[in-house]
Amino acid sequence: MTSRPQLIFLGCLFLALLIVPFLGSRYLTELAVQVMILSLLALSLNILAGHVGLISFGHAAFFAIGGYATAFFLSRWQLPLGVAMPLAIILATAFALVIGILCVRLKAIYFAMLTLAFSMLLWGVIIKWKPVTGGDDGFVGIALPQFLATPQNFYWFTLAIVSISTALVWLLSKSTMGQTFVAIRENETRASFLGVNVRQMQLIAFVLAAIFAAIAGSLMAMYLRGMYPQSAFWTQSGHIVISVLLGGVHSFVGPILGASLLYLLEVTIHQYTQYWPLVMGLILLLVVLVLPEGLIGLFRKLYARLGRK
Amino acid sequence: MAFLEITGATKKFGGFVAINDVSFAVERGARHAIIGPNGAGKTTLFNLISGLILPTTGSVTLDGKRLSRMKPHEIVRIGMARSFQKVNVFPRKTAFENVQVALIANRNLQFNPFRDAAGLFRDEVMQLLEQVRLGADSGRRAGELAHGKQKQLELAVALAADPRILLLDEPTAGMSIAETLSSISLIRDIVQQRGITLLFTEHDMNVVFEIASTISVLHHGEIISTGLPDEVRANDDVQRIYLGRE
Repeated sequence: MTSRPQLIFLGCLFLALLIVPFLGSRYLTELAVQVMILSLLALSLNILAGHVGLISFGHAAFFAIGGYATAFFLSRWQLPLGVAMPLAIILATAFALVIGILCVRLKAIYFAMLTLAFSMLLWGVIIKWKPVTGGDDGFVGIALPQFLATPQNFYWFTLAIVSISTALVWLLSKSTMGQTFVAIRENETRASFLGVNVRQMQLIAFVLAAIFAAIAGSLMAMYLRGMYPQSAFWTQSGHIVISVLLGGVHSFVGPILGASLLYLLEVTIHQYTQYWPLVMGLILLLVVLVLPEGLIGLFRKLYARLGRK
Repeated sequence: MAFLEITGATKKFGGFVAINDVSFAVERGARHAIIGPNGAGKTTLFNLISGLILPTTGSVTLDGKRLSRMKPHEIVRIGMARSFQKVNVFPRKTAFENVQVALIANRNLQFNPFRDAAGLFRDEVMQLLEQVRLGADSGRRAGELAHGKQKQLELAVALAADPRILLLDEPTAGMSIAETLSSISLIRDIVQQRGITLLFTEHDMNVVFEIASTISVLHHGEIISTGLPDEVRANDDVQRIYLGRE
């Protein structure tokens, strides 16, 4: 898909999301909130995986930092939301800078392993540092500002933040910076011989990806009224990677589709069986073997076939 | 001082000496060829000059600036662009986008996340593509272009960096005779027109004598002769080693 069909898709999606709260189903509204947050999370990884071509297996670390920091600033320091959330994002940015500098020196699998190592380190800290994080039990009970108390209002808040974030990532993907990222993914050596400092650009992508993951984490903490150590566990990072692969790495809407479908499947299948991981394994198998370009790749193929007839 | 100076450059890979105490100078405005049989170390020498690998000892200076500790992207910024022997483009980007991203980097727009890239620098990109005779292929993906056209695209990408010196590693490798001939005249015209100093390696002697103003002969990692084309052609060692005549 080129820009136009993707923009039309995003427009339709936005309109559909505007209608959801008026359908009168609280279940649907809450489901949509989670789908939006997880879509943003997948979208954030795609800045790194799709644009620059670096797959992080520790991306959940920044989701968790965003969430825990928001929880802590709101509840312990009782900062207003307008301060707590930006502060949480700044904290995640600082972590991303330090971790990123160490990680982007490495290539492919070594990069993936080091990001994984950092996220598990963070998970360990979260489990042990009970006074701040609540340890095993998680950080329970976040005091939300009054205007976010109703599910309806929280829905609008999430929709606004996720839409703005998505628009920013869209602009980024079409920008001169985005095009430089793609050049690095396509051919690192050639990019450096254009005068591009590849490591520096990879670090920028790493930090940008972390910022949007932290925003998603911040929203998730507020939605759940708490943050839990699983959010930093490697399975959460794995989930994000699978979402991106399922949707399609080299497209903008791919990760949004992938994250939405994966979550909806999880919720649905949980109603019938507790063996969701088994199903997820099969999905992953299917994607890797049959859909290397994800759902978007499938759509493209179908579209091309229809076009020929 | 010459424009580009290589002084006592040595590159060892383990115990193997790929480049052995190489010194030569490229004058401003020269079209300087490095010739030598396969395995002589031509590509290693290029990688060393352009910053892709570090010399074990020795130095490279461009216009008096020492390049030996600079990264490739820094070397490009002070006016040296290069192409590669094996085609090295952005395969999934179109020809247009290949050149465009080179201009983006040249104008330092890679840090701008809001500047829309669509259609940016259209005129300049098309001018460069037309200069290498790819005007009609601007919308095609680089990976789908024929080999010869990819080489031409690489030339356009290198030119987009607005270089003062251009390093071309086997610019006609894998081309047909007709393609080779048109490429050489193209390269010669472009460097002359833009006043670019050219340093290139080439296996095809006809190409070399067609465009080189100076030739250095590399053999087993050593420069055995540097001179005008006629001098090199007449040199006994060169004849024996490279041109294969007893």
